Amino acid sequence: MTALCETMRRSRGHDLLRFLTCGSVDDGKSTLIGRLLHDCALIYDDQLETLERESRRFGTTGGDIDFSLLLDGLEDERQQRITIDVAYRFFATAARSFVVADTPGHEQYTRNMATGASTCDLAVLLVDARNGIVAQTRQHAFVCSLLGIRHLVLAVNKMDLIGFAESRFVEIAANFSQFASSLDAPEASAIPLSALMGDNVTRRSDRMPWYQGPTLLEHLETIQITRGGDKQPLRFPVQWVNRPNGEFRGFSGTVVSGSIAPGDLVLVAGSGRSTRVREIVTFDGLIERAEAGAAVTLRLADEIDIARGDLLADPRDPPEFVDQFAAHVIWMSEHRMVPGRSYLLKIGTRTVPATITALKHRVDVGTLAHLADKSLALNDIGFCNLSTAAPVAFDPYIQNRDTGGFILIDRLTNETAGAGMIAFGLRRASNIHWQSLTVGHEERAALKGQAPAVLWLTGLSGAGKSTIADLVEKQLLAAGRHTMLLDGDNVRHGLNRDLGFTDVDRVENIRRVGEVAKLMAEAGLIVICSFISPFRAERQMVRALIEPTAFFEIFIDAPIDECIRRDPKGLYAKARAGQIPNFTGVDSPYEAPEAPELRLGTLEIPPEDAAAQIIETLRRRRII
Amino acid sequence: MSALADGLATPRALPAHLRRLEAESVGIMREVAAEFRNPVMLYSIGKDSSVMLHLARKAFFPGKLPFPLLHIDTGWKFREMIAFRDATACRLGVDLIVHTNQDGLRRGINPIDSGSALHTAVMKTEALKQALDQLEFDAALGGARRDEEKSRAKERIFSLRGANHSWDPRNQRPELWRLYNTRLRERETMRVFPLSNWTEYNVWEYVEAEQIPVVPLYFAAWRPVVDRSGTWIMVDDDRLPLLPGEKPQQRLVRFRTLGCYPLTGAIDSSAGTLSEVIAELRDTRRSERQGRLIDSDEEAAMERKKREGYF
Repeated sequence: MTALCETMRRSRGHDLLRFLTCGSVDDGKSTLIGRLLHDCALIYDDQLETLERESRRFGTTGGDIDFSLLLDGLEDERQQRITIDVAYRFFATAARSFVVADTPGHEQYTRNMATGASTCDLAVLLVDARNGIVAQTRQHAFVCSLLGIRHLVLAVNKMDLIGFAESRFVEIAANFSQFASSLDAPEASAIPLSALMGDNVTRRSDRMPWYQGPTLLEHLETIQITRGGDKQPLRFPVQWVNRPNGEFRGFSGTVVSGSIAPGDLVLVAGSGRSTRVREIVTFDGLIERAEAGAAVTLRLADEIDIARGDLLADPRDPPEFVDQFAAHVIWMSEHRMVPGRSYLLKIGTRTVPATITALKHRVDVGTLAHLADKSLALNDIGFCNLSTAAPVAFDPYIQNRDTGGFILIDRLTNETAGAGMIAFGLRRASNIHWQSLTVGHEERAALKGQAPAVLWLTGLSGAGKSTIADLVEKQLLAAGRHTMLLDGDNVRHGLNRDLGFTDVDRVENIRRVGEVAKLMAEAGLIVICSFISPFRAERQMVRALIEPTAFFEIFIDAPIDECIRRDPKGLYAKARAGQIPNFTGVDSPYEAPEAPELRLGTLEIPPEDAAAQIIETLRRRRII
Repeated sequence: MSALADGLATPRALPAHLRRLEAESVGIMREVAAEFRNPVMLYSIGKDSSVMLHLARKAFFPGKLPFPLLHIDTGWKFREMIAFRDATACRLGVDLIVHTNQDGLRRGINPIDSGSALHTAVMKTEALKQALDQLEFDAALGGARRDEEKSRAKERIFSLRGANHSWDPRNQRPELWRLYNTRLRERETMRVFPLSNWTEYNVWEYVEAEQIPVVPLYFAAWRPVVDRSGTWIMVDDDRLPLLPGEKPQQRLVRFRTLGCYPLTGAIDSSAGTLSEVIAELRDTRRSERQGRLIDSDEEAAMERKKREGYF
């Protein structure tokens, strides 16, 4: 064995295989990787000494070396004896270089497993031979196949604990093969092994003579990986425009699929513009061809408008270009996904605002059943329709991970809230043109002798929004201004009568009102909106719809106790009696504005003064 | 620009796995240049910094680097390191900022009397935070690699730092494909590690393939050293107090990593050239960081330092 390992340590990797290990808790993932590294003599002596010391302190193997401590690098992980986050390990043998992602088995860390899987070509799924295929095995296999992993290896571990019984292995392998056939993973194989003892990890087990297949390491070294990046049409997301001086204008980026050479025609996806490649510039000189994976700088024959976020493509096989598409989304945030809420979507080098317009179904990852649901929670997977603020170029994820995968970013917390894999475009955005109109909102407003505005009054129920809104409109009317008042209660009798008071419905409620307010402002009106609108994200969404100078967020501020005391509609009493669920301030949160244009405390001033302050603000800002 | 006129380059001799690593790092650096307002590259003078600097020149060619280099000088680096730093900045014409924690200097913090933990906290961690805050950098590129240490193996390529530069390992942003979430809130900053997926071995292979200059301390030479608890410490200047009866001896040694000289152990080695260093690396039984005294202060030492803002 030593001889074998010496060759492996001396060798250089020629090809790189990225794989991940997954399986449920205690199936022995970290132990397997530790064993792989140890048997290849890839663990240094001082690391082994630390490992022995830590095994005595934290280990669960009764004083023997606990290989999982080699990978569980965070303090919390060592103390709680679980894997929380993805760890990456690097090793090389004579045949290949490897990057292995050790991913957590606990259900609540599924998002980290998906993260590990997104860059891998192969997955090693561990099962405990005593338990066989369990719900988590199916879940992980599904997530792997969803993320585009085409090669699955079932490592049936702990064979030593079932006496190396062939019949049990055959049964598990058959079960797995049946399940795998329902996934989009063409290749699945099974290997019986013992990570603890080392059987069939790097050396053939003489205790399982009935197994004729390769050891795990042999399998990893020899498997032919089909990536197909070079056979795909050219895709080159423009990452950075390189303009060191007046003469040089280059477009830097990475060829994510296909290849490119000087003289090739390239299309700027979605624009209809195309040009030829003049030169491919690198630090090492001009090159004749750049293959998939190469990071280069292109000089083009014509001066056409290209910026970061554009996708250069083969004109014979262009990507789709749409603003609505269907995708699988893995939710990664503690805050539930809310249809209708605006997120930032990053795809390639492009970032655009986007909303999930519909959750078609949620996938039960254990059974793969499609379930009806209204939103997604952390680690849920759903099939959704999305709408982007501007069309984006993409390929279906199954064809191209780089142009079909996207992340969703929460606009307030900036966390990566979800990851998506595009299935197909819903309609060609190019078929719905903006009708170009001669009369604009300025002309309409000018005729009325005013500037349009949206006054957005937000606050708790009973804070005094409706009273103040009514006073403001009366005064504007008296001054000959053209107004419209949108009130939360009234709108819910008509436009939004299909909506309830769940978070999801509240978001849709505000989205619709925002769009209506926008149309009315375009008609030249001063629109007064009186809505509890408890979530910052939605108020931000409405703000983004309206011209910045025309939007006024007005916080009608009264303490909750005072609102409960006033309780003009008797709603707080009902809510506290449990008769109204999801009532803002009782069992649903109100997120106060952080920087409103105006804050009016109705405990401090009467409604008439509040209205006067609003009028004064409009005058100062030259709306009236 | 002259390379442009030289005609087509000959096919690259670089092995496939190094080409792949190089392209990934170049892509990461361009993403930083494109997405951040005021990025900086941390330059620690070591081999990883040399490789990172070389990759940055490739990423932005034919342009200059779109960010300055920042060296946190503790005042206790090997003299050869400082000479190499200044020669490199001069040779490549890059914008180099050198920052030392003046307050720490005034307080007389040093690795010998203050101990490695306090010295590192004040002269490296604090100093780095000062520089990033004072110059308002929103992203800092660093040469850390995942194979160096266990907690680094868990860290993202784009690693968010909260106010006061703290790292929360329990709450890292998922990082999928090549899509990096670069968004920051007020007072947050980003640390970016373009060499995350490189190994020590890859770094040396690349240094050899690309003929990248590195500090001569990485190569074996006869150097004056003293034995401090089983580690060879080089007597680089007269600030290292000798213990009673201790006498520097000349040994053939080299360094696998470089830091503050009183905290960095040399190894016995006769590897005087790049190919000899690589050959030695293939046969070694010790990990790279074993010569670093500051990492072995305690288990999870690196993670704690990182949480406090160490790079």
